[in-house]
Amino acid sequence: MDFDLHRLGFTLLGLLIVLNWGLLMSATMRKIGARVARRYGIPWHQPWIDLVKNYAIRSQITHGVMFYLGPVFRLSGGIGIFLFMPMIAGSTLWLNYSFNGDLVVIMYFQFFGMLGMALGSGEGGHPYSAIGISRGLSQFTTIEVPLTLAILSLAIQYHTLSLVDIVNAQQGGFQHWSMWTNPFATIAGMLAALGSMGHSPFNLVKAPNEIPIGPPTEYHATFLGVLQTNAAILHVVEAALFMNLFFGGATNWFEFILKTFLIYFWSVFVGMVFPRFRIEQSVAWFLKIPLVFGIIAVILFM
Amino acid sequence: MSEDKDLNKFENPYYAKREVTGPDGEVFIVDPIKDYFSDERPRVYEPNSIPVIENFLNWARSESLWVLGFGTGCGSIEIPPLITPRFDAFRFGVQMRPTPRQSNVFIISGYLAIKTLKRVIRSYEQMQNPKYVLALGSCTVNGGMYFDSYNTINRLDHYIPVDAYVAGCMPRPEALLAGFNKLKELIREGKAENANEYARNFDWYKANQKKIIKDWNMPDYNW
Repeated sequence: MDFDLHRLGFTLLGLLIVLNWGLLMSATMRKIGARVARRYGIPWHQPWIDLVKNYAIRSQITHGVMFYLGPVFRLSGGIGIFLFMPMIAGSTLWLNYSFNGDLVVIMYFQFFGMLGMALGSGEGGHPYSAIGISRGLSQFTTIEVPLTLAILSLAIQYHTLSLVDIVNAQQGGFQHWSMWTNPFATIAGMLAALGSMGHSPFNLVKAPNEIPIGPPTEYHATFLGVLQTNAAILHVVEAALFMNLFFGGATNWFEFILKTFLIYFWSVFVGMVFPRFRIEQSVAWFLKIPLVFGIIAVILFM
Repeated sequence: MSEDKDLNKFENPYYAKREVTGPDGEVFIVDPIKDYFSDERPRVYEPNSIPVIENFLNWARSESLWVLGFGTGCGSIEIPPLITPRFDAFRFGVQMRPTPRQSNVFIISGYLAIKTLKRVIRSYEQMQNPKYVLALGSCTVNGGMYFDSYNTINRLDHYIPVDAYVAGCMPRPEALLAGFNKLKELIREGKAENANEYARNFDWYKANQKKIIKDWNMPDYNW
């Protein structure tokens, strides 16, 4: 692949848009949560201020090389998903670096960040980090199983592992979306989405009031700023992944923002309604309900 | 005096230097005080020399106050109403954090027992440089109703530097919000540099702390 300045520029611009949209979306969701609790909530620009403040903290301490690399791996996981994710599949400008096997790479990058975090927070030396990361990895492994089955089902259905091809196959009206043509994969995928977004029923890993606060216990200042940056990017690209897989992708930025908002809102909505699972409950849940839907989805298209 | 010196030694066997045999038979020496903690002295971090940037950063710091969730005395009962619907401090950028690493504001909520003071010092020293202390209640000013207790300290600012006091017994959450506003003013004016003050007067603070904490079984500085 030859070097293309034009494409690089649009990818970086897309990253900027995605980062800011992720921050705005997290603020919106926290405000919705506040309104549900009958509070007024944070100002809408709070995530930006928190980010500036964290990057501006003067002193930092380190526990070793992996402690530095943990947030870097996490951020490269988020940006890696972004790089191979077609944002606006209808346009040639916003395809980023998607190629014919991008779905496999995206699946890999989803786990890459978690593993980096595990190494980093393990070196942090805090026992809560170690407990948090073991919970996180065991939960994420079970999230991956129904998600992989859903993606396999779509790959069999459309005979491709390219997200652009999957989106193009869904064009021509909403009745062509995988949501209608492959409802079992959609159910399995969207239930797995609840876990990968990390909201209430499945947020034991990073909830501030469980063994505080899980993997990022020791992370502060710039380290935490990098993790927050990644969280903002990751929320949008995860939602964009499910949008591309099940809901027909996006043909313009307005459609992109609307669809990612609604997909993210789905996890927030469930989170507002349902209380938190313990880790063995959530593992058992993912291996029961979404897994069954995933297996049915694969069998139907075999 | 010599008795004091003995008491200042690290007596806890958990912190003693020892030989450990690893799972593959390798023998290595563990020195927890050196391995688990840092006993390096705190440093003074000068503010940014460009006023525009420092003012902007101070504004961001003042609008994003992350409070350490550590209730030291009876005043901490005022924190739950502060962050729940009735007073909703989230509106003003005040959020609770569960770990000292990620917090900037330490609310010393009321009387401070000597046993708690030890934990307060350790938590305070684990917080990162621009850090602020909000002292809640009259107990932190002069001991309050516990002024003659054998087990509590009277003046908090002998042990850690205090940015703003909220007087009263108990101060209501409104008073605490006023305290946060005062703290924000101080931060924006660049006057809340007590983390650096602590580093400059480190020996004085340490001497005061050791005078009152008799079982000092921790490193002198454990960030």
